[in-house]
Amino acid sequence: MTTLPRTDVVIVGGGWSGLLMAKELGARTSLAITVLERGAPRPANSYSEGMDELDYAIRFRLMQDVSKETFTFRHTAKDRALPIRQFASFFPGDGVGGAGEHWNGETPRFLPDVFDIHTRTVERYGAKRLPQNHSVQDWGISYNDVEPWYTKVEQLLGISGKGGLNPYEGARSAEFPTPPLRPGYVPSLFTAAAEGMGYGPYPMPSANLSQTYRNPDGIVRPACLYCGYCERFGCMVGAKAQPTNTLLPVIARQKSVSLTTGAHVRRIVHKDGRATGVTWVDAEGQEFFQPADLVIAASWTLNNARLLLLSGAGVPYNSVTGKGQVGRNLTHQPTGGITMFFDQPLNQFMGSGANSVAINNLDGDNFDHDPLTFLRGAQISAPAFGHRPIANFGVLPPRFPTAWGAEWKKASIRLYDRTAHLAAAGEHLAYKTNFMDLDAVYRDKFGDPLLRLTLDWNDNERNMMKFMSVEAAELARAMGAREVGIPQPLGHYDVTSYKTSHVQGGAIMGAGPATSVVNPWLQHWQIPNLFVIGASAFPQNASGNPTLTLLALTLRTANAIVERYQTSPGALA
Amino acid sequence: MRRRHFITLSAATLSGAIVRGFGRPPAKVRIPLRFFTEPEALVVAAATARIFPSDESGPGAEEAGVVIYIDRQLAGPYGRDRYRYTAPPFERGVVEQGYQGSANPRQIYRSSLRLLAGFDKLPPAQQDEKLRGIETTHFFRLLHQHTIEGMFCDPMHGGNAGLVGWKLIGFPGPYMSWADHIDQHPGTAFRPEPKSLSDILGRPIQPWEDEESQA
Repeated sequence: MTTLPRTDVVIVGGGWSGLLMAKELGARTSLAITVLERGAPRPANSYSEGMDELDYAIRFRLMQDVSKETFTFRHTAKDRALPIRQFASFFPGDGVGGAGEHWNGETPRFLPDVFDIHTRTVERYGAKRLPQNHSVQDWGISYNDVEPWYTKVEQLLGISGKGGLNPYEGARSAEFPTPPLRPGYVPSLFTAAAEGMGYGPYPMPSANLSQTYRNPDGIVRPACLYCGYCERFGCMVGAKAQPTNTLLPVIARQKSVSLTTGAHVRRIVHKDGRATGVTWVDAEGQEFFQPADLVIAASWTLNNARLLLLSGAGVPYNSVTGKGQVGRNLTHQPTGGITMFFDQPLNQFMGSGANSVAINNLDGDNFDHDPLTFLRGAQISAPAFGHRPIANFGVLPPRFPTAWGAEWKKASIRLYDRTAHLAAAGEHLAYKTNFMDLDAVYRDKFGDPLLRLTLDWNDNERNMMKFMSVEAAELARAMGAREVGIPQPLGHYDVTSYKTSHVQGGAIMGAGPATSVVNPWLQHWQIPNLFVIGASAFPQNASGNPTLTLLALTLRTANAIVERYQTSPGALA
Repeated sequence: MRRRHFITLSAATLSGAIVRGFGRPPAKVRIPLRFFTEPEALVVAAATARIFPSDESGPGAEEAGVVIYIDRQLAGPYGRDRYRYTAPPFERGVVEQGYQGSANPRQIYRSSLRLLAGFDKLPPAQQDEKLRGIETTHFFRLLHQHTIEGMFCDPMHGGNAGLVGWKLIGFPGPYMSWADHIDQHPGTAFRPEPKSLSDILGRPIQPWEDEESQA
């Protein structure tokens, strides 16, 4: 093992949160900052060659290499966990920019009551209404604590949208920096239908720019071209905010920041409540120790939790005793909605990753749950993300019995561009029975245990999605759909179908060390010179897409490091 | 080294791309196979043509060259499970845990095709009956998925020859911009002429399977 020269700050992971932290500290301090990214560099100018559905959307060319490292999965602690041998239900990123390169760019703020969900739910419905095995808890911060940072992130990314249309949005200190995208046909049908039903449709806030934008760092990005290749692809013109086009050009000018690729961090080294640095391995298998005064874990959600568990940084959660914190509150996202079949063609090949119109009327606690069999709700939206044929050919109404042959082919050709989906993305409450720990059997290429996910849906999600599909079907008919699909019940969690990549938890934030890993500044309760940033800090899934919030919390933490931690290193009160 | 195998396809049915550059188009083209033996390729060609037939609703697997697509995928990194976590132990799981077998796509095709020997010589009704008998198998799920991939992939992967798949459904391909059209044409078909990625970029693009094979 080679010991490298000491650095002030080492950041594990060169995705959205890690590079944003590097950029902020690089701009506002004189600290020497080392970013370690295990994947490859990404020359952003090569993305036009990547407009290929098979290689990128089906074979996942930009994602974490599953052959080298995956997760194991089981429904309950009594079951045998088996490896997720192919990714499908969520997509961990890899390489510089991480999952921020191949995301869709939907960037709503969370509903204000998300941050004190436990308090508000108990106030309105009583503690007995929460599921028996829940571990729902407040975040330790309120919407007002996050609001200024939401505004800053929106300006950094140039988020396109329009305030005041969504009756449930939290107070905004500034209007969106750019106007909404021009909606595709299906979202425009949804707007009219939702208005007719008394809902409050609004254009989904978008990190794909509606017009050329120059951000406060002087980074200029062009308007979206609606090519339809966003999710699972990098943007070939840079209209979609990605770490490589929004942060990397700034970091490249910062002499105090260095970025090393192919650097796989295996452990955070700590002693007596103080992190001393990290160990990492390069592509040739050479081992290094990088000493640092401040360690920031910024890898993808689940990988953050795994790194803490491998490093013994905090007490692992024990689902039997309920003690321990690292690995608690694993949440993903129940998804559903309705498939719609129209008479008219929809031109669905055009679109953009956040070209969508949404409603929050059936989200959060925006509707009365007294007569219902579930708590919280879902964002319902009508996307025009760009339909590509391998993924979308052959979706038929249930009256067609077979999925091959002449009849299937004929109907699939006719309906290919007459089919659309109304998406419901729900909140996922936290439960004592959904958690992560280290697997006892399966290992990565270095011999380190894989992270084991113990995860299943509960009745709250099942009942919620059933309700949402009924509501979505009504919206679909109001949009003029001739026929709708029959939604499958949510059943048990599976790793074989895509939901979202909004996996959260494992190193959650909270008001006290008994039930959280990091404090409201994302600072480790037991190791104050270790910060753990990203959606691993979210105590539960909030229905809204997580990236804007995780970036806002990253900026808030960076600010606390600059203004307070730097002068007085220690626990931030 | 394996004996070289070829599949002979009718140039009139197989569309465009593959037979380009022959000068006067020949009636038949012999295409070298990378993974399948000739008898295997004939079975795959026949089976995918039942899944996605050529009929009055338009061309199908035969014209798209689906068998060529599948042959290249199996010969490449996908076929040897480059894109799957393959560490043992292999245990039987519940359906929500996904495919847990140790067999890679090459092995699945090879063993399943043995059971379908002579399939290509059967009349269509009997072929359909055979396929119905294996409909719930992992092999059929792969074959079905690969047929759709071979119909609608970019032609650089060996399927969707002459862009027949994209023409069939009005998918124009990876045009760089619809900025002038996104909010136009409401409810009416807007159908630009389909183009492949290399048509659009004006240079050949190497598919991932070829890059990884060389690596």
